[in-house]
Amino acid sequence: MKVVLRNPRREVEVAGNRRVKEVLRELDILPETVLVIRGDDLVTADQLLRDDDVIELRPVMSGGSASRSTPGVRGEPAKELA
Amino acid sequence: MKCRKCGASATIELRRHNAAFCVDDYLEFFRNQVREAIRKHRMFTRDERVLVAVSGGKDSLALWDVLIDDGYDTTGLYLDLGIFDYSVESKAKCEAFAARRGARLLVSRVADEVGGPVPVIKQVTRRPPCSGCGLSKRYLMNRVALDHGLPVVATGHNLDDEAATLFGSVMHWRTEALPRQSPALASTHPKLVRRVKPLYRLSERETAAYAFLRRIDYIVEECPFAAGATSIAHKEVLNRMEDASPGAKHNFLFGFLDKARAAFERLEDVTLQECARCGQVTTSTVCAFCKLADQVKRAAGSGAPAPDR
Repeated sequence: MKVVLRNPRREVEVAGNRRVKEVLRELDILPETVLVIRGDDLVTADQLLRDDDVIELRPVMSGGSASRSTPGVRGEPAKELA
Repeated sequence: MKCRKCGASATIELRRHNAAFCVDDYLEFFRNQVREAIRKHRMFTRDERVLVAVSGGKDSLALWDVLIDDGYDTTGLYLDLGIFDYSVESKAKCEAFAARRGARLLVSRVADEVGGPVPVIKQVTRRPPCSGCGLSKRYLMNRVALDHGLPVVATGHNLDDEAATLFGSVMHWRTEALPRQSPALASTHPKLVRRVKPLYRLSERETAAYAFLRRIDYIVEECPFAAGATSIAHKEVLNRMEDASPGAKHNFLFGFLDKARAAFERLEDVTLQECARCGQVTTSTVCAFCKLADQVKRAAGSGAPAPDR
């Protein structure tokens, strides 16, 4: 089964005929951090993946900031535009 | 896995809600969370014009999508940070979205306002790039809203963003930052517009799922300067806690908002005044944005900073 990863984009082969959550565990990816995409659909953690499936694990994390807020002027030290 | 509402095959599971939804019921769940945020914090009404700050990412475009569908009078604002191909692509995503939805999009270039794009600001200030970038964005969002007579700016900050910011503030006990962490900040000065975060009830994965299911073409790549950012590290820590205990991020943020924030708000004692140079609001004589612009322009005069690309 082909798994497409992003940032940077790359592909890995893993054994199929297993549930999504087992594949994520093998790749050491937390379910909370990705969308699991097959074709035009999202798939839930309990679904069985076939050996000929192609799935994309799209990261959902964005943003970045190391700043502290500007005192007094209501900034917050997070990304501004999500 | 079955949809909690209709019993059809589920497309997404939300462990923190102990629920799963089909596509249609998920989209409605998502919109209802945004509606609840707007209602609870009286963020804006349908009679007000809302400036939606968009980056081309999943959160801000998902937010704009929901607000347009719910009949709000919105204008998008894209701030061009000048971060190489990342900015070129993210701007194109915003323009394509605006064109598809027939929505108005304003564009402002950080380089025009500060004297250099974010890569130059990073080099000149020798501080983390997110620092000067965030400062510039906060300043420009407010000023553009004022210039166009819009009373409120909505940003796409989600539950993960807010929890990570809170975590960072608490880790360093930045008590001065805590009162300002809120889903809605009222206008406390005639030159400060209201600032609201209608997605604060929704996690990053939930906004990504909404954008994907709505077929919104957003930029998946991260900002090249985000790698190694402190907030990313905080998000990773929180996601490990979430994995072990679903709802941990929600409880952390909402517990603060419900039980702790008011105590820090009472401690805040800040005097706002207008910047002697640009007239925008600051606590000093000259605002941080003008100081940053001075620094960038001085460096440009000495030929120090690298070019845009």
